Amino acid sequence: MMKGQELELYVHIPFCIQKCKYCDFLSAPAKRQVQNAYMEALLTEIAGKAAGCGIPDVRGELPEEGQAPVRERPVCSVFIGGGTPSAVEPAWIGRVMEALRAHFALRADAEISMEVNPGTVTRKSLRLYREFGIRRLSIGCQSADEKELRTLGRIHTFDQFLDTYRWAREAGFDNINVDLMSALPGQTIERACRSVEAMLQLDPPPEHLSVYSLIVEEGTAFCEQVQAGILTLPDEDTEREIYWRIADFLETNGYEHYEISNYAKAGCRCIHNCGYWTGREYLGFGLGAASLYGHTRFSNTDTLDTYLADPVHSAVQQETLRVQDQMAETMFLGLRMADGVSSGQFLARYGVEPTVPYRTQIASCMRDGLLRVTDAADGGTRLVLTRRGLDVSNYVFAKFL
Amino acid sequence: MASNESGSAGMKVDQSKIRNFCIVAHIDHGKSTLADRIIEKTGLLTSREMQAQVLDNMDLERERGITIKAQAVRTVYKAKDGQEYIFNLIDTPGHVDFNYEVSRSLAACDGAILVVDVAQGIEAQTLANVYLALDHNLDVFPVINKIDLPSAEPQRVIEEIEDVIGIEAQDAPLISAKNGINIEEVLEQIVQKIPAPKGDAGNPLQALIFDSLYDPYKGVIIFCRIVEGTVRKGTNIRMMATGAREEVVEVGYFGAGQFIPCEELSAGMVGYITASIKNVKDTAVGDTVTDADNPCAEPLPGYKKVQSMVYCGVYPADGAKYPDLRDALEKLQLNDASLHYEPETSIALGFGFRCGFLGLLHLEVIQERLEREYNLDLVTTAPGVIYKVYKTNGEVIELTNPSNLPDPSEIEYMEEPVVSAEIMVTSEFIGPIMELCQERRGRYLGMEYIEGTRAQLKYELPLNEIIYDFFDALKSRSRGYASFDYDLKGYEQSKLVKLDILINREEVDALSFIVHADSAYERGRKMCEKLKEEIPRHLFEIPIQAAVGGKIIARETVKAMRKDVLAKCYGGDITRKKKLLEKQKEGKKRMRQIGNVEIPQKAFMSVLKLDDRN
Repeated sequence: MMKGQELELYVHIPFCIQKCKYCDFLSAPAKRQVQNAYMEALLTEIAGKAAGCGIPDVRGELPEEGQAPVRERPVCSVFIGGGTPSAVEPAWIGRVMEALRAHFALRADAEISMEVNPGTVTRKSLRLYREFGIRRLSIGCQSADEKELRTLGRIHTFDQFLDTYRWAREAGFDNINVDLMSALPGQTIERACRSVEAMLQLDPPPEHLSVYSLIVEEGTAFCEQVQAGILTLPDEDTEREIYWRIADFLETNGYEHYEISNYAKAGCRCIHNCGYWTGREYLGFGLGAASLYGHTRFSNTDTLDTYLADPVHSAVQQETLRVQDQMAETMFLGLRMADGVSSGQFLARYGVEPTVPYRTQIASCMRDGLLRVTDAADGGTRLVLTRRGLDVSNYVFAKFL
Repeated sequence: MASNESGSAGMKVDQSKIRNFCIVAHIDHGKSTLADRIIEKTGLLTSREMQAQVLDNMDLERERGITIKAQAVRTVYKAKDGQEYIFNLIDTPGHVDFNYEVSRSLAACDGAILVVDVAQGIEAQTLANVYLALDHNLDVFPVINKIDLPSAEPQRVIEEIEDVIGIEAQDAPLISAKNGINIEEVLEQIVQKIPAPKGDAGNPLQALIFDSLYDPYKGVIIFCRIVEGTVRKGTNIRMMATGAREEVVEVGYFGAGQFIPCEELSAGMVGYITASIKNVKDTAVGDTVTDADNPCAEPLPGYKKVQSMVYCGVYPADGAKYPDLRDALEKLQLNDASLHYEPETSIALGFGFRCGFLGLLHLEVIQERLEREYNLDLVTTAPGVIYKVYKTNGEVIELTNPSNLPDPSEIEYMEEPVVSAEIMVTSEFIGPIMELCQERRGRYLGMEYIEGTRAQLKYELPLNEIIYDFFDALKSRSRGYASFDYDLKGYEQSKLVKLDILINREEVDALSFIVHADSAYERGRKMCEKLKEEIPRHLFEIPIQAAVGGKIIARETVKAMRKDVLAKCYGGDITRKKKLLEKQKEGKKRMRQIGNVEIPQKAFMSVLKLDDRN
């Protein structure tokens, strides 16, 4: 039985073979024993949360019609991410899927994605994932250039990516995303485009591409190397040129640039990620996993031992969003997407158009050429970032907080 | 409030058993540590209660390890002759900026202990403070500190004291204040070498105000030295300079960190008076308190009125806090008579005050005290000195704010203050120090060898060349060995110009400063470079220009913001990314909006950092 509003589920698997040099995610290599203990805990958490345990008390804060037990709410997407989920024994993925199906109301057409990395999958494991019900793969390639792959600290070669991609198609995956990175140290515009071009030469090319401009995060190996002057990043002008060159190239080749770093063929947007940007509720399972339930955001502990001791009740951070916080999120998350923020939807949700609470902000951004208004399909209008607005989107977003 | 605990309160105090003294020393020679030991050994506090440096009760003093405010404490010492003596120890600051405070403290004393670091010997400030003490007719005896250092050569220092200062030093106690070695000897010498106060308790009241403090419950608390006569609860007192009258509510003396009431204060004693005085301005430090019903004939001579050397604009970061800043300055001035201020307005910064300070350290201390003790967020402009502007119409202006400089066509000529500086240095650093003085437009007057390898250099230097970072430069070019003291010599004609800064083609008055014509180009260029680093990128390009008399002499450009974007934002990141954006927004709030440009507060202090190149 399905009742209430749609819900998304995220499963975090924090293990990998070797930490990449740019990575600041909660992820590390671990022994089999630790992995097994973790996966058991994950199954416990899934069952517990489905029973309503460990979810901060959000009664009275849900929209009235959405007030349904969590296990009855229709799940429109599942995302198994990491780390490298393909680094654990494939059977565990089967058991996770089994648990999710047993405890939650997964819709028949739910998008079910999993991240895999070349060098951690085989023909056989990919066939297994397909059998377990995974429908969409997200493959971490990052670059088509061997030297760049080494600089990033990836464990695989480009040929290994090609194998992975071919095996995935052979296993029946017809919805594949490939992750790429741009603006890598020492990268020229031409070299950055070469990786993207290589994707379009695949047969068939991926349905979806994520192209991320490298962000050097504090505390990563990369950060140290940049600070020590060992690596030189492209300057801001070059970085922006690379960004727009890739965006234009992909758009002329039939990809819709639907979010700052995301491109999709018609009908192939990532439903799960769109949920994050449109304020859909989600539950996260696993170490450090974040959730939005009702109007409350909370995250699990990021300490492994604490998580293992009581995976169900491991939420540590919690923030209940007031209406103005919700509005601000609607703006700064919504504007990440090409669709922008629809004034009709904003009105339906908050009872006012965005121009009411944000009149001065919107006016000044429009005057500076950072925002523009276009027509929406529902006959209303949409507020979207201009190209210049996208370049300085943090400046725009900060205005809404 | 506790009273009569010491046993001496309530009884008539025997004047011959009182010793009012202070400790003078160069900064870091261990003055505050010795004060702690004296308090500890005389039994006012057990060592368990001792917190290092009990006299320095401002957070700031303890953090920086320097003494800013003069403080007083009374202890009782049982001497080897079996008698009990009352010690009133008045602490004094050591830094050259605080000469005025030293002078105030000395006026309350009959003698002084000179602390000399066995490793450093006599330094310029030691001399300055000793001469100040001798000027006040104080008896001075020396103490050699840090005797526990392996390199200690006390005999050399003893000879130096005798040669340079000309006071007897053969029986100077050799001590380690830090390790409590030989402190007894110091206490005995205080009894023997410092004279008891004079004065007659029966004469009309004559008391010198050497400090004051505002207390929200008691009103103004006057710190004074009773020179003649007696004051007690109920006495009608009158401040001779301000004319304010009030009835005394309480008199007492200084425990460690607390006020201890007593019956009366009589000639020779040091203590405090409260009289429900609400107006801070009524109790001028240096004024004489007398009995309104039985006044003394003449006020005490007071002491040298202090001259502010350095001026800068002080503005609240949040314009609405202007009244808070005004109140805070008023309270601080009560506590620090050397602080001057008057209201001013700036186009860039709004309402604020032009404040006068003794020197740059004094400026920094006041700034920090305003920020910490009064919780104010401040913007300060480039410090400057007082210039004299002789106009063609015969008028002379004393210029403290560069924005008020008249049009160049109306100026006949300008004068700037010049100081005579004495720099003590070991011979190996004479070259670098002379080079530094030359760079700062110094005029060489002469050099004297004090003994063996130590020399005293004499220079005349324009004050505006030494107020920023001269002291730091001196230290770094002499590996910390040079010390320096200066006196205002007078004014000299000089080729001065006003350097203006334009940001996005708008002149920012708060960034203007006066500079010698020959260094205008260099300064202007550096200022633009510095501001380019300080001003964040905006959506548009921002030219930063330096101009003299409307002519642009330097330019830098802050390029337009090209990129400010987060590539990734998924479910797990949202809270974190939101915090990042909030931080970005908070940062903007702390900036000053000038035209369309947001300028960080610290950019206004940029001129101070122009020589940071190393």
